[in-house]
Amino acid sequence: MTATTATTATTAQPLAPKDYASDQEVRWCPGCGDYAILKAMQRVLADIGARPERTVFVSGIGCAARFPYYVSTYGFHSIHGRAPAIATGVKLANPELDVWVITGDGDALSIGGNHTLHVLRRNVDLQIVLFNNEIYGLTKGQYSPTSRRGTRSPSTPQGSVEAPVSPCGFALGAGARFVARSVDTLQAHLVETLKRAHAHRGASFVEVFQNCVVYNDGVFAEVTERDVAPDRQLHVQHGQPLLFGADRRRGLRLKPGSLALEVVTIGEQGVTEDDVLRHDETNRILATLLASLEPPDFPAAFGVLYCSPAATYEAEVHAQVAAARAVGRADLGALLRSGHTWTVEE
Amino acid sequence: MISRQTRDAVAIRFAGDSGDGMQLTGAQFTVETALAGNDLATFPDFPAEIRAPAGTTFGVSSFQIHFGSDDILTAGDDVDVLVAMNPAALAVNLKDLRVGGTVVADTGAFTERNLTKAGFPANPLEDGTLGRYQVLKLDVSKLTLNAVQSHGLSTKEAHRCRNLWALGLMLWMYGRDRQATAQWIERRFAKRPELVRANLAALNAGHAYGETAELGSQVAAYTVAPAEAKPGVYRTVTGTEAIAWGLIAGARAAGLDRVVFAGYPITPASAILHTLAGLKEHGVVTFQAEDEIAAVCAAIGAAYTGALGVTSSSGPGIALKTEALGLAITTELPLVVIDSQRAGPSTGMPTKPEQSDLFQAVHGRNADAPLPVLAAATPSDCFEVAIEAVRLATKYMTPVILLSDGYLAHAAEPWRLPDVETLPRFPVAFRTDPAGFHPFVRDPATLARAWALPGTPGLEHRIGGLEKDHDSGHISYDPDNHQRMTRARAAKIAGIANDIPPQAVQLGEARGALAVVGWGSTYGAIHQAVRDARAEGHAVSHIHLRYLAPFPRNLGELLAGFERVLVPEMNNGQLVALLRSAYLVPAVGLNKVAGKPFRVSEIAAAIREHGDGKREAGSGKRAAGKERETGAAKRGVRR
Repeated sequence: MTATTATTATTAQPLAPKDYASDQEVRWCPGCGDYAILKAMQRVLADIGARPERTVFVSGIGCAARFPYYVSTYGFHSIHGRAPAIATGVKLANPELDVWVITGDGDALSIGGNHTLHVLRRNVDLQIVLFNNEIYGLTKGQYSPTSRRGTRSPSTPQGSVEAPVSPCGFALGAGARFVARSVDTLQAHLVETLKRAHAHRGASFVEVFQNCVVYNDGVFAEVTERDVAPDRQLHVQHGQPLLFGADRRRGLRLKPGSLALEVVTIGEQGVTEDDVLRHDETNRILATLLASLEPPDFPAAFGVLYCSPAATYEAEVHAQVAAARAVGRADLGALLRSGHTWTVEE
Repeated sequence: MISRQTRDAVAIRFAGDSGDGMQLTGAQFTVETALAGNDLATFPDFPAEIRAPAGTTFGVSSFQIHFGSDDILTAGDDVDVLVAMNPAALAVNLKDLRVGGTVVADTGAFTERNLTKAGFPANPLEDGTLGRYQVLKLDVSKLTLNAVQSHGLSTKEAHRCRNLWALGLMLWMYGRDRQATAQWIERRFAKRPELVRANLAALNAGHAYGETAELGSQVAAYTVAPAEAKPGVYRTVTGTEAIAWGLIAGARAAGLDRVVFAGYPITPASAILHTLAGLKEHGVVTFQAEDEIAAVCAAIGAAYTGALGVTSSSGPGIALKTEALGLAITTELPLVVIDSQRAGPSTGMPTKPEQSDLFQAVHGRNADAPLPVLAAATPSDCFEVAIEAVRLATKYMTPVILLSDGYLAHAAEPWRLPDVETLPRFPVAFRTDPAGFHPFVRDPATLARAWALPGTPGLEHRIGGLEKDHDSGHISYDPDNHQRMTRARAAKIAGIANDIPPQAVQLGEARGALAVVGWGSTYGAIHQAVRDARAEGHAVSHIHLRYLAPFPRNLGELLAGFERVLVPEMNNGQLVALLRSAYLVPAVGLNKVAGKPFRVSEIAAAIREHGDGKREAGSGKRAAGKERETGAAKRGVRR
């Protein structure tokens, strides 16, 4: 199902999560969800045995984009929206490096939407972690491309009138081969999801619901609050039935006669567990349906929604270079003399 | 036996519909002319539309070649022969035919319909319009159809062999071989043997027509003797080829085994992408990005990772790359940016050359963001300048902008091939030693920061667009530090002036009445005009700049030695402003933004206007022996 990526390299001396912290003081707001994601990442790096010198974090602009400064690997904090393009260049120059792209909803889906689209469809072997807080934090709270309609912000005092984009739906539409979703506060789930993303060879896309404590506090509360979580969170596992609820008696099935999902309760109206759909992470259509589920009518789906590896971009590019090098010589003199030449004698 | 008249130099323009194959015809005539040993310069000129409606004046495509037995510096002001494949081609190009020149017209295309489209009320071949010219009226269409009829082509396909018939006639007229063209036809149509046979038949028929016919005393055949040239191996080269090969040579000189070239399709820069895409055996990875911004960013990512990162575009695309250039400047990463300038602003005239991105290259970024700017003067000069761009980028850890233009990109000239073993070497040294390392630790001589690649143990570090502390490389908002870093970045680029050759005078004395100062593709026209003026006795010198930022360290002093400074440019006055600003010299501009290169006569007129107004006593005989510029090679900008 998933191929182990060649860029996973085990350290000689196992490193602890704290060893992946840089010497820089973290400067996010107290209580920001980014701290939890940073903590999860440092755990992931330790668990996968990432070699700091072979690991590169590339980011754009935004609160999330400060992330590379806080990890003790190589890091490139670039310009707004362009991290996927810079990361693509990194992989073209050295495919052996393990590259993470850290981005946010504005960075990846507004100013950088084009690059996100193309890095996914090309299937460059890297991991994209999109911190979705549905707001522009670093510029003091304007609505973002993932903000829900009606969001009041400094630039939309009467509420935004725009329909939001779904990050996972966008990624699937762009042709991503790995799409997953997690939550900043679900530490264990986030760690496992990021590890799955890393294990996937090709472009992996992970949306993380991330709470902005200053400008959008509680925007995901209807999904993440402890009292509603069991009924509002569907944790998908490949091959397992799509069940949720405190007693796991609620599930999803295909609505008869329609390409749509519906919520059913086991034991009611003759529904048994066999009627509930099983998750197939290789099924793009199912992944698309799952990505679109929203409260209050449906739970939000978390976990690996889609995983179907394919050839990676840089591998194919370098295969062409290798093929050319197998038949041609890097002879500059011969290159200059290619075609018609003539000689003027002494 | 045909008796041939001798000519020192000839300019021919092939003109027809954009679908008539005029560029291919011109390119093949160029190859045969180069192989015959003439010096030459070409000027392909074509519309932005791929296939404009047939027969229209805006759909006319032309290819001019100027060749001779002496030094050829430009594609020629006026043409001696105009090959007009239809009335529109005649209408558009007749004004550039010298009085007494020859029109070769395909009468088969001078139909009433085509005449109307070209705006001729009557047939100019018949009504005396061409009274001042020699006119060779040939039904090339019919002659071609006759020549190829046995090869089973459709009428439309047969008609498309017309250009080869015309080429065959012109090759005969100037005593050229057909062999390279025949080989080219065989390669190009390898999958359609009937097209090979038909095109060869058309080529040979055109040639035979000249040999056997019928032209009588109407038109003579000519000999243009080979030009004197230094011994060596030669080829023709376009600016596009020379830039692509120069980048490969530059990477080799720097010891970099990988070039990552990222571009987005744009006229006229795309050809560099196409050329490099076919050269993967040289370690070139080409990346056709989703947009201009992604192209420059991918090149920056590649540079960060230790490849030679290159991106290329034209003016509007360079504008899109601007923010990323600032990132490359502040992260101090090596990058080569090629700007094939075209007429603007905005989309402007995409296929027409201009030099109007100089301000953009030198100043077009937010904040204090200096970078080196170089310009190539001739197609073959592009090779050297590309290598120099790689040298400066890697030695000084900076993006470098190389200015080319649509003329240099497509124009061809003979090039004496360099011995690749004697090309300069400037191997880069990647940082590997962790002792005392931080990402902005500088080389005290060059002020360049260390190039530390991901993958190097012990050098893990973070860089980005935020201001860095001078002494640790960490993020810093300290006001004094920003002042210090701004000065450090500026000093690094300014210091390059000490690492480039002092400005030389291309022709003439190092002081005097008038200096004509140019840059880029105006080289040939300026040089010819200055040479002619000096032959007439004017005290005038030609200075041509390769380095536009920073300027060579002696430039101010050099210009101060002239009473007047004339700056011809294909823009509205950009270098002249930079020179006035830098040196407070009373330089004046000669500005042309017509989508065409300068004519020699335009610069000559300006020299007369701004010159000494008199001939130097007793020096009028200079014309007898043509001056050569000083320096080892014929072409290129001397340092």
